[in-house]
Amino acid sequence: MSLLHIVILLPFLVALLIPLTSRWTKKIHTGWLVLPVPIVLFIYFLTYIPKTMAGVSKETWAWIPSFQINFTVVVDGLSLLFALLITGIGALVTFYSIFYLEKNKERLNNFYAFLMIFMTAMLGVVLSDNLIVLYLFWELTSISSFLLIGYWYHRERSRYGARKSMMVTVFGGLMMLGGFIILHIMTDSFSIRAIIANGAAIVENQLFVPAMILILLGAFTKSAQVPFHIWLPDAMEAPTPVSAYLHSATMVKAGIYIVARFTPLFAVSGVWFWTVSLVGAATLLWGSVNATKKTDLKAILAYSTISQLGLIMTLLGVGAASLHFDNLNDTIYVAAIFAAVFHLFNHATFKGSLFMVVGIIDHETGTRDIRRLGGLMRIMPITATIAFIGTFAMAGLPPFNGFLSKEMFFESMIDVSHLNLFHAETWGVLLPVVAWISGVFTFVYSMMIFFKTFSGKLKPYLLPKKPHEAPIGLLLPPIILAAFVVLIGIMPNMINKSLLVPAVKSILPKLANDFSIHVSMWHGITPALLMTIGVIIVGLLLYKTHKYWKSWIVTHITQKLQLEKAYDYSIFYLEQGSYRTTMWIMTGWLRTYLNYILGAFIILTMGTMIAASAFNFDLVTLTSVSAVDFVLAAVILVTLIGIVFSKSRVTSIILLGTLGYTISIFFVIARAPDLALTQLVIETISVVLYLLAFYHLPQFSNIEEKPKLLSAKTLISIGVGITMTLLTLVAYDTSFYESISEYYIANAYKEAAGKNIVNVILVDFRGFDTLFETAVLAIASIGIFAMVKLRLTKREDKDENK
Amino acid sequence: MELLMSVLIGLMFAASVYLILSKSLLRIIIGTAILSHGVNLLVLTVGGLKRGNVPILGLKGVTGYNDPLPQALILTAIVISFGVTAFFLVLAYRAYQELDSESISKTRGHEADDE
Repeated sequence: MSLLHIVILLPFLVALLIPLTSRWTKKIHTGWLVLPVPIVLFIYFLTYIPKTMAGVSKETWAWIPSFQINFTVVVDGLSLLFALLITGIGALVTFYSIFYLEKNKERLNNFYAFLMIFMTAMLGVVLSDNLIVLYLFWELTSISSFLLIGYWYHRERSRYGARKSMMVTVFGGLMMLGGFIILHIMTDSFSIRAIIANGAAIVENQLFVPAMILILLGAFTKSAQVPFHIWLPDAMEAPTPVSAYLHSATMVKAGIYIVARFTPLFAVSGVWFWTVSLVGAATLLWGSVNATKKTDLKAILAYSTISQLGLIMTLLGVGAASLHFDNLNDTIYVAAIFAAVFHLFNHATFKGSLFMVVGIIDHETGTRDIRRLGGLMRIMPITATIAFIGTFAMAGLPPFNGFLSKEMFFESMIDVSHLNLFHAETWGVLLPVVAWISGVFTFVYSMMIFFKTFSGKLKPYLLPKKPHEAPIGLLLPPIILAAFVVLIGIMPNMINKSLLVPAVKSILPKLANDFSIHVSMWHGITPALLMTIGVIIVGLLLYKTHKYWKSWIVTHITQKLQLEKAYDYSIFYLEQGSYRTTMWIMTGWLRTYLNYILGAFIILTMGTMIAASAFNFDLVTLTSVSAVDFVLAAVILVTLIGIVFSKSRVTSIILLGTLGYTISIFFVIARAPDLALTQLVIETISVVLYLLAFYHLPQFSNIEEKPKLLSAKTLISIGVGITMTLLTLVAYDTSFYESISEYYIANAYKEAAGKNIVNVILVDFRGFDTLFETAVLAIASIGIFAMVKLRLTKREDKDENK
Repeated sequence: MELLMSVLIGLMFAASVYLILSKSLLRIIIGTAILSHGVNLLVLTVGGLKRGNVPILGLKGVTGYNDPLPQALILTAIVISFGVTAFFLVLAYRAYQELDSESISKTRGHEADDE
């Protein structure tokens, strides 16, 4: 156990301690007690920057060494970038939430406990090297996200959103676990680095593609890629700090992290290249188109997040092409990976600040609906400035950081259409087209967010609260994030060497050590710049005409492809289907279950005998049949028929007694005197008992239907009879081996001093059977006594249930 | 003899299953009694029939004995099935007292009646 392990588990430990602080939290906001944790962690991870520029740091803490499951933590460029985002934005969100959530109205201890658990889970996901430990933390992010979305659990929509996100992400998580286990089967290792080092060996394995698809399912569900994006808009029911933290900056990027982490392993395959880039492109387009039809600010931001995650995913997919070139430094596709990492960082900054801005608007005006908002610029100038920076960065306009990564994205898309690999020369041209169209829609919804909220006329009569500028506590975190947006826009190479290039190197380990990249705001008239100019012109046109084509989008595209409805219907029909199946199978009638049991008995026994071709009857060893045997058999047959068809219970009981006595005569013939004796006595007592019950029980009522030859009852009883006859014949074969009874016969007198061998077996050789058979009789008699005597259940309200 | 016995066993199983699948409690209990008879005969038959003499030592002029082990097993089974049958009979008597019916239909749980 090292300091690194303590750092990962620290938020979790703090979450455990939060309930103990209730004495102080009566006076002070819980957030202030929690706030030092992410700040300390952020500073701690900053000290790793020089280390990861040189190499990786690794710490191991044995957990279950016998199964190779160890809590191994590895810090490399990619992990560090994520860890800094998680702790940095975590600190800002904690600070923001102190001012956002009111001390006396909310259950703050729960909120911060969930948030701290989430922080540990997220740090564990990005820093773990062991697949099983990674999966453990992965599910912990799902669970803590579930708890945070359902934070206002008295709202129906919150519970629905929490359940939906849980269903989708846990489905993906389980798929990913399957992929991890397949990886372990192929490589006999749980360490990601060891598996990647062994990567060349498993490419030819036939389990390679299944493992890849399963792991990608996990990544796509978590990162809200089409068609698994449906949970993210509903997760907006969470408190806004949660949306800013989990559903824009950190958790939804866990899938991106997985894709980036496994790129060195899987990216050699064309399946990976096409799946990742096409799913990403579809998500990019679908998210940006859908965002333009929403009127709730958080819903627009949710679809915008989906779209931007698709953009990063596309870049990672396209960047996979770079692995096919030997000399990576000259390969243009490395730029795609760099753009992915760059945009990952940029998106976290501007999207985090935008969510906080929306939270401020909600907090200060009481609504998030853009139809009621407008003209807030004069009342909330600072918020408007932050929103301006955020939305323009999101739209990809200079001089903000979104412009730079958007330019690199367009360049990579143009490059990939020239790629001479995986048939990209024919279909690759789709990618720049999709990128450009979604760029236009991104521009439109970004402008909608800013101008519909802050410009135009103020409509005070539509607002639940009288709007005013937010307190400084709410403004400070988005200001810090917006400052990053501007700073990186102006000085784009500020974090390249320290953060981004190490991250690119951990995605592409083959990269040479002296690799560096230079981003500049102005790099001449390139095709990408022309595309951006086109985006602005067409985007402006579309924004001006938005109200004319919005309904067309709704009726012609989004209503025809309703993935949310598909989810709801499939859940509904699954519930209905299982309910109906259960009601159909579990009728509550004993007869139904007996039919199942006996039917299964017939099918399984007959099937096994047929499959094993067991019908080799040993007819040679049969013993002779005498006339007496035939007479007895005839008597048994008659009594059986009589019992089955009898309409009166006294006839049945007498016939049953006859059957018992006939069987005791059979025992005489079979040379079993003790059996005959016992059978006679027991049968007599039984008949007496039946007659006693007869006295108390009614006549066979009319409930018995007429025996029908083709009823299930008849068929099953005939089937059981035939099966048992055949089974007896098959089992009757003495040729296998001798009975062990020779020993009993030889030693009954010598060892146990008894001449009746059966009795000696019962009390000497196998006395334990007899002991417990006596116990059975004792229990039966006590049970009968108790049943007759005890009347505890007889209540006055008995009729109520009838 | 074994052929005859196995046909008899099959008939007894068929009759008992038919009775167990009926609605009347008493018929079900009669069915279980026949079932245990059938099982006892089955054990006796596959253990070997009429292959020797009564398994009691010291009888004059008697050598080869019938297999005593199945007989001991059946003896145990008879006693246990008697105990269970007695218990079932009293259970049926009590059920009739409480439910005023000996039809198995009335023993269905109340929860399912709600639909």
